[in-house]
Amino acid sequence: MTILSPLPGTFYSRPSPDEPAFKKAGDTVEIDDTIGLIEVMKTFIEVKSEVAGTFKAYVVENSSPVDPGAILAELE
Amino acid sequence: MSIKKIFIANRGEIAVRIIKAAKGLNIETVQAYSDGDKEMMAVKLADHSVNVGPAKAADSYLNINKMVNAAIISGADAVHPGYGFLAESADFVRAVEDAGLIFIGPSAEVIDRMGDKVAARSAALAANVPVVPGSKGLITNNDEAIEVANEIGYPVMIKATAGGGGRGIRVADNQEELIKYTSQARAEAEAAFGDGGLYIEKAIKNPRHIEVQILADGTDAIHCFERECSVQRRRQKVWEEAGADCLDEATRDKLCAGAVELAKAVGYKGAGTLEYLYDEKSNSFYFIEMNTRIQVEHTISEMITGIDLVQEMIKIAGGAKLSYKQADIRRDGHAIEVRINAENPFMQFLPFPGKVVSLQIPTGEGIRFDHFIYEGYQISPFYDSLIGKLIVHAPDRAAAIDKMSEALQGLEIGGLKTTIPLHKALAKDAAIKAGDIHTQWLEPWLDAGNLKEEKAS
Repeated sequence: MTILSPLPGTFYSRPSPDEPAFKKAGDTVEIDDTIGLIEVMKTFIEVKSEVAGTFKAYVVENSSPVDPGAILAELE
Repeated sequence: MSIKKIFIANRGEIAVRIIKAAKGLNIETVQAYSDGDKEMMAVKLADHSVNVGPAKAADSYLNINKMVNAAIISGADAVHPGYGFLAESADFVRAVEDAGLIFIGPSAEVIDRMGDKVAARSAALAANVPVVPGSKGLITNNDEAIEVANEIGYPVMIKATAGGGGRGIRVADNQEELIKYTSQARAEAEAAFGDGGLYIEKAIKNPRHIEVQILADGTDAIHCFERECSVQRRRQKVWEEAGADCLDEATRDKLCAGAVELAKAVGYKGAGTLEYLYDEKSNSFYFIEMNTRIQVEHTISEMITGIDLVQEMIKIAGGAKLSYKQADIRRDGHAIEVRINAENPFMQFLPFPGKVVSLQIPTGEGIRFDHFIYEGYQISPFYDSLIGKLIVHAPDRAAAIDKMSEALQGLEIGGLKTTIPLHKALAKDAAIKAGDIHTQWLEPWLDAGNLKEEKAS
């Protein structure tokens, strides 16, 4: 299972530079859990999981540009 | 020393605006662009263009070293910063000047001084420009709080010096509330910040936002009248007008004359804006801050005065004295600007960085559209959502609102969600037509569901 980017922009796996990532391998992911942020046009939009599962890994590095539909993270 | 080649350290619609101004003065242009901006209109219009790095602004448009190096390599003799990005960075001004180039704007010292709230407040007071009245320093006990509040009048705001983000701020309508809130605010500030220091400021409920456009050459200064920008969402201006019809002539004169005095007193150079809160009930205005750059809404001041503000700031930077005297500046009619953002107003203004598939722009007397889009252009997700500004000019305010309504009907941007439907609704709104607005007006208006999606017919 994967979580896709709903928007183009810059993906962040952390709520702020000094904080740990929203999820790490082995974490439980519920539907609507925030797994990252997309910065689009100076606005931060939360990326919410549409599926439930166990977090495997981020596919995209923190602070990198993404296109809509890009795979952001994988679940098990 | 006149300028021959300008490096444009910005993007979007203001870059296009600067190129047009430069062309009118027969000055060559070099457009800076990031990896995400290769296809932008300003790159196509400028004489030359230079890549300044990755799409992310922090690595390109906001990187002083990269921008200054690109300007040097391009052979430009001046840098126009536009608005946003590095426009109000004193460090950028110093770096540009150290490289032997002209910065089109005020000196680093003036930017530093007017960018500091306390220093700007002192400068305003010294020029006899009213600021929001408040305690001279910290309030140490209740008696002192009561004395200050009686002097400045209720309602008053109680603020924690160590506060921020709205924490520790309370509004008291009378003495009883003042005593209660002062103790609460002190306890809260001590707990949250370990500092119980408080000060008191007059609370201006539902103020209007009024600002004065000035032009100055370092010695002399003039004003180009005022603008009202009270229609705001999340402190972002949405709909702007020149002039402010809520002001009487005497208040307008006082407001504008004070702005000129302040600009002269600080040795201001270039185009600048002094922002004020205006309390309609007491007919009082209070200086809040100065923006030391050209502003998004400069266009409406140009429409009512006939002055090209961007050309004027370039001429002044090149060493010219002001080409106008105050008596030459006439106010003619009324102008309105609306900001067209690539956002979906029906989905909490969610950004919509799509591709422009079709574009129809209204034309006619008194209609202007400043923008940087064209059919086939992909709006970048990396920058601000402003894609254009629709501007109208008419003999009076009512005619300007009608003209705005008409112009909006002729503006069609296919492929994107934009704020056009919001502006169409505003142009029809009774409160807007009556001028019965303030800075806290738009958000409750939106929350109350006044903006409805039109059914496709």
